[in-house]
Amino acid sequence: MRPLLPLGIVAFVALVAMGVGAMLYHTYKPQALTISKEQAVIGKPEKVHARGAATAPVIVEEFGDFQCPPCGAISEPLNQLERDYHNKIRLTFRNFPLANHQFAQPAAFAAEAAGLQGRFWEMHDLLYREQTNWTKSTDPSELFLSFARIVGLDTAKFQKDINSNEVKERVAADQKRAAELGVHLTPTIFVNGKSIVGPSLNPAGLRAAVETALAEMPSQ
Amino acid sequence: MARPEQNTARRQPATSRSAIIVYSIAAVLALAGLADALYLTVLHLTGQSAVCGGSPSCSQVLASKYAHIGPVPVALLGMLGYFSVFSFAVFSVFNYARATVLMRITVWLMFAAALVLLYLQAFVIHAFCRYCLFSAAVTFLLTGLVVAIPAQSLTPKARP
Repeated sequence: MRPLLPLGIVAFVALVAMGVGAMLYHTYKPQALTISKEQAVIGKPEKVHARGAATAPVIVEEFGDFQCPPCGAISEPLNQLERDYHNKIRLTFRNFPLANHQFAQPAAFAAEAAGLQGRFWEMHDLLYREQTNWTKSTDPSELFLSFARIVGLDTAKFQKDINSNEVKERVAADQKRAAELGVHLTPTIFVNGKSIVGPSLNPAGLRAAVETALAEMPSQ
Repeated sequence: MARPEQNTARRQPATSRSAIIVYSIAAVLALAGLADALYLTVLHLTGQSAVCGGSPSCSQVLASKYAHIGPVPVALLGMLGYFSVFSFAVFSVFNYARATVLMRITVWLMFAAALVLLYLQAFVIHAFCRYCLFSAAVTFLLTGLVVAIPAQSLTPKARP
C-alpha cells in the first residue's frame, strides 16, 4: 500500500495540472474575429493607410501598436508578403495604441503627422525598425523628430502636426474601428475579413492565410 | 561517555523529520513553479504570448526568439522540470534514495537554465517578465534548499 501512496500523489497532481491546463487553454483560446461586408474597408470613402494595388483581391488589415514588440516582429514579414504577392495584396494599417504602452500614442501621432506629408509608411517602417531604441528612451520626442528628418519631412510642420487635432482624430477613428470589430490585442491582423489568431499569428501563418484567401477567389 | 551515543540516537529520527520537512517544502515550491510554468505554456500554445495586451515587458520576453527552442516552448520544459522536482520530492519523503539524487540533479540543471534565462532577459532582451522572475525565484529557493542542507543529512535510508 505504502509504495502506491507517492505514486498516487504524483498521479493526482499530474491529473490536476492537466485539468487546469485544459481549462486555461479553453479560457485563453483566442476567438477569431470577422469583418462583415458592412464593416469592410473596400468602397468606404475614409482615408486608410494602404499600400499595394487598390484592386488587389486580398486585403490585409492590421491593427498595430508601435510600442508592441510582436507588432515590430511581424512588421517586416508583412512588408515581405506585400512584395512577394505584388498586385495581389493590399496592406492597410490602423493605429491601436494600447493604454499600457507609455509611448504608443505619441508614436502613432508621429506616424500620422508623417502621413500628412505623404510619408506614413516610411515613418511606420522606421518606428518599428528602431522600436528597441525609442521605447527605452525617457522622452522619445527628440528621436521622433530625428526620424522625421531621416524620412525627409518638413520638421517644423511635423512638430506642429504631431499635436494637431487632425492627427488625434485619425488615431481616434482607428481606435473606434477597432472597438467596432472587437479588437483588443495587438497585432490583430485580418486577411479578407478573417482574423489570424493564436499560434498562426506568425509569418508562415500569414502566408498560409493569404494563400487560402487567394485560393478562395473565384477564377477569372 | 554515554552522552554522545544518546545524542546520536536522538538525532536519527530528528534528521528524518527534517528531511520530510525539507522535501515537503521542495514539493510545495515545485508546485508553485509548476503552476507558473503551466500558465506560461498555455499563453504560448494559445498564441497569447505573440500579442500585446498585458504587461509590455512580458510581451517582449515571451514573444522573443528565446521563448522557445525550435517548436518547444521553454515554459513547457520548465513545466516538465518542476513536475519532475515535485515527483522526486514526494518519493524522497517516502525514503526513495534514488529520487533524492535525481531531485538534486534536476534542481541544479534548472538553476543553470534559470541563470541563462535571467542573463537573456537582462542583457539580450533588456526586459523582465514577472512570471519568468517568479520562476527564477522558485528555482533559486529550490537550489537554496539543496545547497543549504547537506546531502548526507537528507538522504533517507535506501529501501532494500
